[in-house]
Amino acid sequence: MIDPAQPNPALRESATFDRATIAGIQRAAATGVYDIRGWGAKRALPHFDDLLFLGASMSRYPLEGYRERCDTDVVLGDRNARYPLHLAIPVTIAGMSFGALSAQAKEALGRGASEVGTSTTTGDGGMTPEERGQSKHLVYQYLPSRYGMNPTDLRKADAIEIVLGQGAKPGGGGMLLGQKISDRVAGMRTLPAGIDQRSACRHPDWTGPDDLAIKILELREITDWEKPVYVKVGASRTYYDVKLAVAAGADVVVVDGMQGGTAATQDVFIENVGIPTLAAIPQAVQALQELGLHRKVQLIVSGGIRTGADVAKAMALGADAVAIGTAALIALGDNDPKYSEEYRKLGSEAGFYDDFQDGRDPAGISTQDPELAARLDPVEGGKRLANYLRVLTMEAQTIARACGKAHLQHLEPEDLVALTIEAAAMARVPLAGTSWIPGSTRA
Amino acid sequence: MTSTLETTVVDLATTSVRELNAELHAPKATHYAVEHPQGAHAIAAGVATPITVDVRGHAGYYAAGMNDGGTITVHGNAGTGVAENMMSGTVRVTGDASQSAGATAHGGLLVVEGSASMRCGISMKGVDIVVGGDIGPMSAFMAQAGRLVVCGNAGADLGDSIYEARLYVRGTVGSLGADCVEKEMRAEHLAELAELLTAAGMAHDPAEFRRYGSARRLYHFAAHNTY
Repeated sequence: MIDPAQPNPALRESATFDRATIAGIQRAAATGVYDIRGWGAKRALPHFDDLLFLGASMSRYPLEGYRERCDTDVVLGDRNARYPLHLAIPVTIAGMSFGALSAQAKEALGRGASEVGTSTTTGDGGMTPEERGQSKHLVYQYLPSRYGMNPTDLRKADAIEIVLGQGAKPGGGGMLLGQKISDRVAGMRTLPAGIDQRSACRHPDWTGPDDLAIKILELREITDWEKPVYVKVGASRTYYDVKLAVAAGADVVVVDGMQGGTAATQDVFIENVGIPTLAAIPQAVQALQELGLHRKVQLIVSGGIRTGADVAKAMALGADAVAIGTAALIALGDNDPKYSEEYRKLGSEAGFYDDFQDGRDPAGISTQDPELAARLDPVEGGKRLANYLRVLTMEAQTIARACGKAHLQHLEPEDLVALTIEAAAMARVPLAGTSWIPGSTRA
Repeated sequence: MTSTLETTVVDLATTSVRELNAELHAPKATHYAVEHPQGAHAIAAGVATPITVDVRGHAGYYAAGMNDGGTITVHGNAGTGVAENMMSGTVRVTGDASQSAGATAHGGLLVVEGSASMRCGISMKGVDIVVGGDIGPMSAFMAQAGRLVVCGNAGADLGDSIYEARLYVRGTVGSLGADCVEKEMRAEHLAELAELLTAAGMAHDPAEFRRYGSARRLYHFAAHNTY
């Protein structure tokens, strides 16, 4: 007998048409427009969680936790630049734009990064004085839109990052919706306030790797060969992209997996284009090794870095450093439960909020609303980020010491095994308890 | 590098582009002549002071790139991206220019006495560009601000996804890109066009030109204009 006052226990949700899928169809039918949101891929993907470290025992000699030296510094861009970056920790802050983020959030990112001796990165829309002023090491993104790009700021930067794409949307441009286009944002981008702004998906004055080599030459000439030049790609054909980026002259290659965040992209794009970070790293490392340039052209990996274990695993697979975006925003206060009631009013919940395109972020981070933005204290936010970065570093050191490594960069693929066949194949490390690397060795 | 009382001559047959640009970034003279450019890339890129540079021959990619205050003349043809992202000053090409001339430039005046290839003025952000001949397809794509004057013909898809830039074309237009429309030529437009032609040294009657700009129908993302 069914009690209409109680949920029917016989109801079975379809795995194919689950509630979110049904809601998506209903939303599309009602509006006729696809869904745009922030954050990165939300689907379950093979990731760092599917890897484990082999701590030292008989055949390896561990280092004493907390006491024995385990260095964390990294030099980026010493191939051509007169002034390469020397960072105290290998966890950097990924590019996020003023426009997508409030000026307070950008300042807080700079403060937090500087406190622990790492770099932060501008984004589409140019460099703000707040960000430059509070960032000891500031990477200046050079994007297809060139919004706010000028040679004066280029010369103020510590490194230049040519952005070809990002993990959330390789092959896609960007979009900043009108509700976030304040007078200041509009002025920096030379566009009318309040209109939706499209960021182009292709650079306007070069096409292909041969042209990119000349573009890099120009940027070096304009900055008198002082600054490292990074090339950032969204993870897709990573092996070839890295080879071409290096051939074009990149000093540092940044590879962003599909878990990497965005401020505003079509949901269908985020979830269906690109490859997981885990699958991209070995391709990038292979490309660098074949060129004889692994550790000479540095590799920065981003997309889903959350813990020191993720940092250590990325580095063990061959990255020289990592970059964080979404995690950094969470450290500043994004999705904080103290705003639960306000998230609900926006149709979301703390822990689920992803409408970064909307401009009504209760935490004052992904907004240009002056009242909301004022909620984020850049000094306090910077301290929270610095704390988080310290924890990431200490966690990575803890694992590295257990593997007997006196520097995070000494971590290696041999320190890792995989929990699943998929992860073993993508990361190119053996399935735990076996010597089997699918695609590379026989079982 | 040789100097007279008035001009410092840099011969790129014997001097590197690096040496040239290092000198131009910290200039000891006010007027430079660059001999034998031989299509080298990034000639006079990053000039940031009001010096005069005469490049006597053809230049490669990104000649006068990001110019900020210099008066730079290429006495010949220029490769891709001449005066890209210029902030201020004047760049003149006496011959033809390749793709993306004046791309993303914020200010200053770019004059191409011959023709310019495709994507001329792409994403322009305030620069004035005057082309004596024709321009290729997809020119003024996503052009945000500034004025583009074409004394000859424009190729296909002119002004696709244009924002607030104003386009003046004397000859034919292959086709207009998305959201680009012909607009009324009012007195203030004739006046600013006359000023631009005078500044560029072009002797055309402004009344022979037609004006194009944004219909502003793509300014807000909606079902009818998805991209």
